Amino acid sequence: MNPLIKLTDIEAGYDDQLILRNVNLEVHAGDFVGVIGPNGGGKTTLLRIMLGLIQPLKGTVTYPGLTNGIKSIGYLPQSNLLDARFPIRVTDVVLSGLTGSRPFFGRISKADKQKADELLDMVGLKTYANQLLGELSGGQKQRALLCRAIINDPQLLFLDEPNTYVDKTFEGELYQLLADMNKHMAIVLVSHDIGTISSVVKTLACVNGSLHYHSSNKVTDDLLKIYNCPVELITHGTVPHRVLKQHS
Amino acid sequence: MQTFIDLLSYQFFQNALAAAFVASILSGFIGTYIVSRRMVFVTDGITHSSFGGLGIAYFFGLNPFLGAVLFGVGTALGIEWMSRKGNIREDSAIAILWAVGMATGIVFVFLTPGYTPNLMSFLFGNILNVTKLDIVILSSLAIAVASFFMLFYRVVLLTAHDPEFASASGVPVNAFRYVLMILIALTVVFSIKIAGIILVMSIFTIPQIIASVFTRNFGTIIPLSMLFAFLGLTGGLISSYFADFPSGASIILALVVLWGLLKGFTWMIRWRKQPAKT
Repeated sequence: MNPLIKLTDIEAGYDDQLILRNVNLEVHAGDFVGVIGPNGGGKTTLLRIMLGLIQPLKGTVTYPGLTNGIKSIGYLPQSNLLDARFPIRVTDVVLSGLTGSRPFFGRISKADKQKADELLDMVGLKTYANQLLGELSGGQKQRALLCRAIINDPQLLFLDEPNTYVDKTFEGELYQLLADMNKHMAIVLVSHDIGTISSVVKTLACVNGSLHYHSSNKVTDDLLKIYNCPVELITHGTVPHRVLKQHS
Repeated sequence: MQTFIDLLSYQFFQNALAAAFVASILSGFIGTYIVSRRMVFVTDGITHSSFGGLGIAYFFGLNPFLGAVLFGVGTALGIEWMSRKGNIREDSAIAILWAVGMATGIVFVFLTPGYTPNLMSFLFGNILNVTKLDIVILSSLAIAVASFFMLFYRVVLLTAHDPEFASASGVPVNAFRYVLMILIALTVVFSIKIAGIILVMSIFTIPQIIASVFTRNFGTIIPLSMLFAFLGLTGGLISSYFADFPSGASIILALVVLWGLLKGFTWMIRWRKQPAKT
């Protein structure tokens, strides 16, 4: 089966600085890939390349398995990058997720509005539909933006640090929601939080200049060496617990 | 009352009312986009730089508006291009083009032999001097702007709110931004006759500020700001006629008075609704 997205021999950077080199990655239907790496390691650059927002210096990005090309992609950016005072209602934010697939004369139907309502209900924001996005808390904004990302039923969903601002109560629900959504769409989740991410994803891609693909979600010493960053390490057991690295 | 009815029978006043109506429609669409995207400074840069084209056109004996439009559109595209490709911050790009435009205008006006009486009307505007041709141009522009916003409302909203998400969704964000910059430039330059280079921006910002007293939703700000722009423009031009004030300044003051009254009114209602302290 064709991969949904295929990155071949990617080199990327800004000005004279090379940030990513020799990156190869395929994401298939049903995948749930966690992209981890230290700050400055190239996570954001990789995400922007996969979304078609920047062009690589070398290599190719193709979407052979996506029915509608890039329009079959859903994207949850970090909400803190948006203007908090922009005059837009939560329901309009969610509906704007349909814009890419029908920009010309694209009327919003009753069914679209109903779907937006259902999604907002699913993330506990039904009563906030007519409020301004800027009036919501950070976690609520993130949830509204998640609804926007999935209203178009994407085949491939990219999430950029989705647990930022989300409170612990909703974090568990969010991961359960992502697991359910993963039955219908492939997910690529970018996070600096290796501990949390390893418990929800199926495979890991560690980005630190180059990309190291790890075909399980278990965090190993090898992976941490590549990760090259002091991190918390989660071990798997009957009771979730954390083992912190020893002080040297 | 009789005097006001007499006033309505004058051709120049009918023209002014028609211009106020069309400018209000433009203000509703373009102003809401400008204010929501925090582009007030950008637009002010476009307006002031158009003075360069105006000065050059004067010097060569051409239609001043032709020069102003060319400079305005050039500046709009220049700001967008310099800030995207030229590694120059947007505010620095505006400052450069604003200053170059004004300086060029001053030099060419200085070089133009004789007195240039109409120049003052460009700086301060006079809605009572609007001609039928001006109304035709403004109306054509209003039809183009209204059609664009109605056809692409969702795209305009998304590219203004979250251009990165719009790009990732396959929307040609840069093309839309360039088109909107051209529409902004044409709108503000052709509205210079109403309030002048110095004050024209107020027609595209104050109505939105007044509308924000009642709503902060993009789709509702558009029609409400059209209404307030029309009230301010007609109020300003009537007071300008009777008090013999410059029309541009009268319009701005009428808009500010309207904002003050409505803001005060809503404060009073909120204050009366508050439970009394025991």
